[in-house]
Amino acid sequence: MGDHGPAKGFGRWLFTTNHKDIGSMYLWFSFAMFLMGGVFALVIRAELFQPGLQLVEPEFFNQMTTMHGLVMVFGAVMPAFVGLANWLIPMMVGAPDMALPRMNNWSFWILPFAFALLTSTLFMEGGGPNFGWTFYAPLSTTYAPPSVTYFIFAVHIMGASSIMGSINIIATILNMRAPGMTLMKMPLFVWTWLITAYLLIAVMPVLAGCVTMMLMDIHFGTSFFSAAGGGDPVLFQHVFWFFGHPEVYIMILPAFGIVSAIIPTFARKPLFGYASMVYATASIAFLSFIVWAHHMFTVGMPIAGELFFMYATMLIAVPTGVKVFNWITTMFRGSMSFETPMLFSIAFVILFTIGGFSGLMLAIAPADFQYHDTYFVVAHFHYVLVPGAIFSIFAGVYYWLPKWCGNMYDERLGKAHFWLSFVGLNVTFFPMHFVGLAGMPRRIPDYALQFADFNQIASMGAFLFGFSQVFFLFIVIKTIRGGKQATDEVWENPEGLEWTIPSPAPYHTFTTPPAVK
Amino acid sequence: MKSSASIKSIVSRLLLVTVGMFGFGFALVPLYDMFCDITGLNGKTNAEAFIPLADLIDTSREVTVQFVATNNDYMSWEFKPQVFKMKVHPGEEIETTFYAKNPSSKAMMAQAIPSVSPSRAASYFLKTECFCFNQQQLAAGEAIDMPLKFIVDRDLPSNVTTITLSYTLFDITNGGLIADDSLAIR
Repeated sequence: MGDHGPAKGFGRWLFTTNHKDIGSMYLWFSFAMFLMGGVFALVIRAELFQPGLQLVEPEFFNQMTTMHGLVMVFGAVMPAFVGLANWLIPMMVGAPDMALPRMNNWSFWILPFAFALLTSTLFMEGGGPNFGWTFYAPLSTTYAPPSVTYFIFAVHIMGASSIMGSINIIATILNMRAPGMTLMKMPLFVWTWLITAYLLIAVMPVLAGCVTMMLMDIHFGTSFFSAAGGGDPVLFQHVFWFFGHPEVYIMILPAFGIVSAIIPTFARKPLFGYASMVYATASIAFLSFIVWAHHMFTVGMPIAGELFFMYATMLIAVPTGVKVFNWITTMFRGSMSFETPMLFSIAFVILFTIGGFSGLMLAIAPADFQYHDTYFVVAHFHYVLVPGAIFSIFAGVYYWLPKWCGNMYDERLGKAHFWLSFVGLNVTFFPMHFVGLAGMPRRIPDYALQFADFNQIASMGAFLFGFSQVFFLFIVIKTIRGGKQATDEVWENPEGLEWTIPSPAPYHTFTTPPAVK
Repeated sequence: MKSSASIKSIVSRLLLVTVGMFGFGFALVPLYDMFCDITGLNGKTNAEAFIPLADLIDTSREVTVQFVATNNDYMSWEFKPQVFKMKVHPGEEIETTFYAKNPSSKAMMAQAIPSVSPSRAASYFLKTECFCFNQQQLAAGEAIDMPLKFIVDRDLPSNVTTITLSYTLFDITNGGLIADDSLAIR
């Protein structure tokens, strides 16, 4: 088996059960979605460059905000993390492949169909989904465009893909570890993905139930979310956010794992507080189930509910604080160097913390009535998702790409990409804090004149950030096609089994399990 | 590395969790209603007629009850309370009516959905008879006075001096199906 190469032609990709091939397909797919979602974002920013309506109709603007959110969450961030999991988890735990290779093929290949279905709605009569990525009923039921049914089936398929991927990851981690690799010896990326996979299995079915209820309300005469038949639109928000809040941790926990792998390498010190990192991740996952209604402080909850969700939300700052403390302490008095993955990781720690703090501001229930549905919220979640999830994915790609393709990326170009992204991101999203606090509502194609300056700055930053990612594509392709040969270790004394195999990683690795001390 | 049997057992357990959580999503619907029923949150009042036990009237205090009638989107009926505001003693059974008229040229069905504000008063506002317990059918041009009987519970917290009862009237002529093209494409 060890000397089997990959099959030739397109069939290799269609029928592959190899975790490395599937990981690569996930990563390329997510990058394509990232660019598509980015184009949607640039339509939004171009329209908001000036007050008044210039470029697009308000209806189309609504479709852009909705599709940007859906594509980025379900198409870019989640598949990218699954791609990294596919590539790395078997190599990190010393397994020859994923536990269920054939299901792995399926969970990838249904994704392009889901997104083809979703994207095709933009060309349908009545347009695509226009009710925001949170698709609150009755906007997404009574007042939805006819294409909403396609949206519902697309979400079903994405959910099935995520659930299959998660089952595969859990089965791999629990069953396929090399002898001697106890749970508490696993790299943190594996730990965070194990917990993320459990979160996915717990909440993706609830999302599926939620869209199924919508489907039944729309086509089969039930009234889950329709007050006329005794249902309740607020129920929709409860069910959605019961999924939605764990979902935001699904998009950040693997990022914690990536950063926890990179910072020790470039600080040349072991990770500070490994066990506390594991427990902090588990606590965050647990807390994510009891804070959902902080997204709905303004629906008319009783004071007891507001207080419970406010305090529970603030509690999450404790394990998150433990993590930030551990990363900083790992760097403290380290012999640091600043290669591209490290730059992205340090930016992650700083900017994610800013996003965490604005999250704490939003958690204060009485203050949230002012911030709710303003650009302050937009600034907050872009600060946790862009320098959080996206930067960690960039960091991970730069860190492991030499292992995957055997060539070093160009350090100068990598650093240029980092600084362009870093500046672009902050220029885009920092001004949104100010216009949000001043009262600019989100998801509206027009705004009052006094917000014009900050919006112009944000739009310019968005175009800078967006085009920097085309540059990233160029860097990755250039690295794959050639460049300095990477050593097996790639970096200076990195920790982990993946650095013990040759670069580029052979098609089959660890066919005999390695010994773990 | 363990056997494929243990992989199978993990997969089947995880699939069971998946199915269970799908069910849990639906179970949230009754759980949520139950939670609101028990706590009286969400301004939900009783959906079944309340049967008074003893008619002890607390004449020492008066509570103002206000009535609000709203048409939901696309509902064409005339709909209003006959009395907009009244003062009542807790424990006293009060009767009032709401006026409804179907001005359209076809028979229509309607359902009124009540809500009480402040929500902490919701569980003390007891309807003994209400047009909202049933669907209302009116022929073209027909008008009706719809009865409402209620009691404000004597245990109503003393700091509640005004209760607002709001009805929203929904058009359910087409069986509550909302996939109506005239609504969907606007």
